This record gives sequence, structure tokens and C-alpha cells, in this order.
Amino acid sequence: MFKRFLWALAGLPLMTSAAFAQDGIDKMISDAIKPIVDPIVSTVFYSVPVFGTQFPLIVGWLVIAAVVFTIYFGFIQFRGFKHSIELVRGDYLDPNDAGEVTPFQALATALSGTVGLGNIAGVGVAVYLGGPGATFWMILAGLLGMASKFTECILGVHYRNEYENGTVSGGPMYYLSKGLSEKGQAAFGKFLAIFFSICCIGGALGGGNMFQANQSFAQISSIMPFFEGKGWLFGLIMAALVGVVIIGGIKSIAKVTEKIVPGMAVLYVGAALIIIFMNIGEIPAAVSAIFTGAFAPAAVAGGAIGALIQGFKRAAFSNEAGIGSASIAHSAVQTKHPVTEGYVALLEPFIDTVVICTMTSLVITITGSWNAGDGVTGIALTSKAFSSDIAGFSYILAVAAVLFAFSTMISWSYYGLKAWTYMFGEGQKKEIAFKLIFCVFVVIGASMSLGPVIDFSDAMIFAMAIANIIGLYFLMPKVKALLKDYHAKLASGEIKKMK
Amino acid sequence: MTDIYIVGFDGTAQSRRAAEFAAGRAKKSGATLHLLMVLEWSPYSFHTPEELAERHGRREQELERANAEIQPFAEELKAKGVEVTTEVHHGNAGDLLCKSATDKSASAIFIGRTGTSSFATRLLGGLAVTLAQVAPVPLTIVP
Repeated sequence: MFKRFLWALAGLPLMTSAAFAQDGIDKMISDAIKPIVDPIVSTVFYSVPVFGTQFPLIVGWLVIAAVVFTIYFGFIQFRGFKHSIELVRGDYLDPNDAGEVTPFQALATALSGTVGLGNIAGVGVAVYLGGPGATFWMILAGLLGMASKFTECILGVHYRNEYENGTVSGGPMYYLSKGLSEKGQAAFGKFLAIFFSICCIGGALGGGNMFQANQSFAQISSIMPFFEGKGWLFGLIMAALVGVVIIGGIKSIAKVTEKIVPGMAVLYVGAALIIIFMNIGEIPAAVSAIFTGAFAPAAVAGGAIGALIQGFKRAAFSNEAGIGSASIAHSAVQTKHPVTEGYVALLEPFIDTVVICTMTSLVITITGSWNAGDGVTGIALTSKAFSSDIAGFSYILAVAAVLFAFSTMISWSYYGLKAWTYMFGEGQKKEIAFKLIFCVFVVIGASMSLGPVIDFSDAMIFAMAIANIIGLYFLMPKVKALLKDYHAKLASGEIKKMK
Repeated sequence: MTDIYIVGFDGTAQSRRAAEFAAGRAKKSGATLHLLMVLEWSPYSFHTPEELAERHGRREQELERANAEIQPFAEELKAKGVEVTTEVHHGNAGDLLCKSATDKSASAIFIGRTGTSSFATRLLGGLAVTLAQVAPVPLTIVP
């Protein structure tokens, strides 16, 4: 019976893609789910007017949490930055543990899940809507987000489940249920954990999958006319590649991405630096535009508030601090003390947002592309800005977009899987069922232009933060205790530098 | 203090031959053999989240498998009247053989000419070529 179900699932991409190739199906589905999705989306993104601009409360929820953790842990992102670098460099690695996952690898894997279209497309949207001033708020949100990641990753490791065969499962669903039950809130913790898991599965299939497939297809079809209107074909190829990695366990494809993704990131940052240096004379003007835009009361595009909202929103989209996803990735790492993962994780928003997103927005600002008045936004704006100084960059950007999307999908398939097994239990068949569903959604995402589904997936990712941050508030004294214990061990020499 | 000979062991026939050759020399000079098995591992390679989760268990399995290979062979050599110690470690073979030789103040390193390395590493110069350039003590390559 179960086998037949699996075969049926495996056949779904073919059926769906054939169906979606015809016009009208996507619209039909859009119309059908709109009444269900819209209330959820408008609840999660409930906005209040602030000085004439709509401010989504969920963005405030994330930023306030980041500020609280920053103050509660005494600006750990600045005080602990040097220690984070030392950990990633391997200064504290015991040679006898060779063969275990290193902090560097944990960081690289977590980054491959967050560095993606948010850094390319999201920043384009932020600068287009919020003006250069959005950059300032984006950097600030990135710096504050470091404290959120620090908190959630320590809890993820501390409350994870370890199994007989040496594998581990962790993440917000585990600290929400276990941690809150320690506080005498077992039922509430369980509720939050289930709520988080449902949103996480939705987010994995949506923002971590369909959105990625959809946006990378948009970029590919713009440079390869062959693919135009053949989203289903692109989706099938992507689904097959994702499938062989996550179901087939074919590591060679992951290994290929391993070689290319960091290279792409370096290429992207390198290209940005080249453009910045080519226009070095424009830098003072760009920096001043960023600062005046950030504080000017009545500047372009909604003024300071507009810039703030866009900056904060896109930073949160991009680095996922407070969402809880990184906590799932870091929980997998074998470590002697949970706090080390927190220190490693706090570098992610820094690299993702403070470094890479800032590069993108600087390029868009100094090339003046954002202000051209031609209505170009998102990934197309970024592409235009880069191409204006480096001819043919749109091709490199398209390849980068596909690879970033691919690695993001691989990461989110794992996050979704962990939420799935939390609810339905561990077991190979259950896992394969989820992975097949995941592959089907790659095809759906690439072949349809479903606005409501994309909105829904964004809403799901942000809804993860509702449950996650409530849990973080409850459990932050626990993190402080763990931190105290860690620093006592550092001081006593129980944890010491090996180099 | 007795001499120590480091032998690079990877389970292949070549490495066994190198170890037997070293054992012959060790028996004459009364040296101790130190069989070192290196499981290739880079602390900088990239993994999917799922691989990270499985890593700890995999490492244990790898060590177990390696020990199952190296221990019986060490017993064989001991039966021939040679002192043998063993070590299994993750890392880079070149680095670890040199490090072990330095740490133990060994007097020689023995390796087989070809190990389990891929065609590419053989083409570009594998372990033998690396060690010939950087070994801190005399190196014997057994064909």
C-alpha cells in the first residue's frame, strides 16, 4: 500500500507538469486557494500605518526580539566576535576529534542555506522601494540579528535528541517542547512546537522550495529563450537534481555544488568589489545617500520609515535570524558545548547581511540603477546594476541564482524533514514520503506563477518566528546559564586553545 | 630507547607489503613498528545538513571498520616477533605521517608505492611524491 503511494507521488511531477503546461490551470488553483491563503497571509503580515507607510508587525516582532537579545546578552555579537572567528579558524579543535564536523563546516552549511536569492533579489526590492537609506537599516538589522541566531542555535544544540545510531535531531520544535516543559509549560510548549513544525513544513515547501525554483527559473528564462514558457521542464530538471541528492543520497551532486557555490559567492562579492573600486569616486556620495536616506524625514520612497521597513524586512528574509531555521542546521553538529555553536552561528547574519547584502546595495546605489525610473526591481535590478559595469554579468548572475537556489532547497528540504519527523516520527518510509512531496513542489514552483502560493510560503516562514521567538523569550535565562558555564570552563582551562 | 618505524597503512596489498618489509628491518634492529591508518578527511569540505547530522555516527563506523582491518594485521606482524602499535586517525595522510614521525621521534617512514588514491592524485603525484619532498625522516617507498 505504502509503496503504491510512493509510486503515485513519484508520478505526480509528470502529471502536474503536463497539466500546468496548459493555460488556466495555475489560475484555477490560485482562485481555489486564495480564500484560504489570504486570511493567513494578512494575519501574519498584519500591518499598521506608521507615518503614512504600512508597517508589518511581524517585522517589528523580529527586530524587537533581536534588540532584546542584544541587550540581554550584553552585545554578545561585538564582544564575542573575536571568539567566533577563533572557533571557526579551528583554534579550539581537539586533534583527537578529527573527523567530526568542524565549526567551519557547520558555518558553511548554514550559510549555503541562507545566502541565496534574498541577497540578490531581496536587496534589489529593498533599494527600489526604500531607496539607498534601506541599506543602513538592513545593516543594523543584520547586526542585531546576530544575537537572535546566537540564542536559537545554543538552544537547538542543548535540547536536541540524540539517537542510538549516532544521528541527531534538533531545532526549535525540540527546545519549544522540552524547554518549556522544564518551565512547567508542557502543553503550551507542545502547542508551539507543533505550530512551528507546521509552519516549517509550509515554509520549506514554499519559500525554501517553490519561491527558489520560481525565481531561478525567471532569471534562466530571461537569458535562455529556449526555456520560456517551459517552467515545467526546468522544474523537472531541478526536481531530478534535488531528488538524487536528498532521496538517492548521491553525494556527487552536492559535491559539485560544494565546489561551485563558494566559488559563486566569491565571484559575486568579487564582482561587486570591482564595481565599487571602478567607481571609487562615487563612494562618498553613495554613503551620504545611504545616511541621508536612512534619516531624512521626507526623502524619496516613503522617507526614513519606508527605508527602515524595507531594510528590516529584506534583512530578515535574507538572514533568517529569529526564524529558527539555522537552529535546525546547527543542532546536527557534534560539539562538546552548545555555546560554541551559538558563537559560530552569530557570524551568519554578519556575512549574509552586513557583508553580502551591503555589497549588492552599494552596487545598485553607486551605479544609479535604482533611480532610473524604469520600474526595474528585484533580481532584474541587481542584474542591471552589475551589467552596467561588467558586460554579460547577467549570465553569471543567472548561474549563481540557480546554484544558490539549489543549495537553499537542499537545506530547506532538511529543515522541512526535521519538522515532518518531529510530527510523524522518525522512519525511512516517512522520510522518503516527505522528500518526494518536496520534489513535486519544485516542479509546481517552477511551472506556475502562483502569487498567493508565494505569499503563503513567505507567511509560513515568518510565522515560524512567532512560535520560535516566544520560546526564545522563555528560554533566554537558560542560554545565559549555559553561557556562564561555558565561560567558566574557558577560564578554568577545561576548554582551551589547541593552537 | 628503541627506534620507531612509521608505516603508512591503508589496507591495500601494497601497504601490507611495505609493512612486512619494515617488519623485517625492525626485527633485525629491534625497532618498534607504528602502523598509522589515515582516513582521508578535510575539515574544510562542504556537507549538506543531512550529512552533518549523520557525521558523528559515520565517524564511529569508519573508525570501527578501520580498526577491524588494522588490528588483525598488527597481530600477524606481532606473531612474527615484532613490536607493533597502531593508530587510526582522520586527516591528510601526508600531514599525519610527518606529524607522527616528528611527535614520536621516529627514525624512518615506510609506505607502499601506490595506495587507494584516485587516478588524478596518482597522476599529479600522490602520497609518495608528497612525502619524498617533506618527510622529516628517511623515507622508504616499497614497490
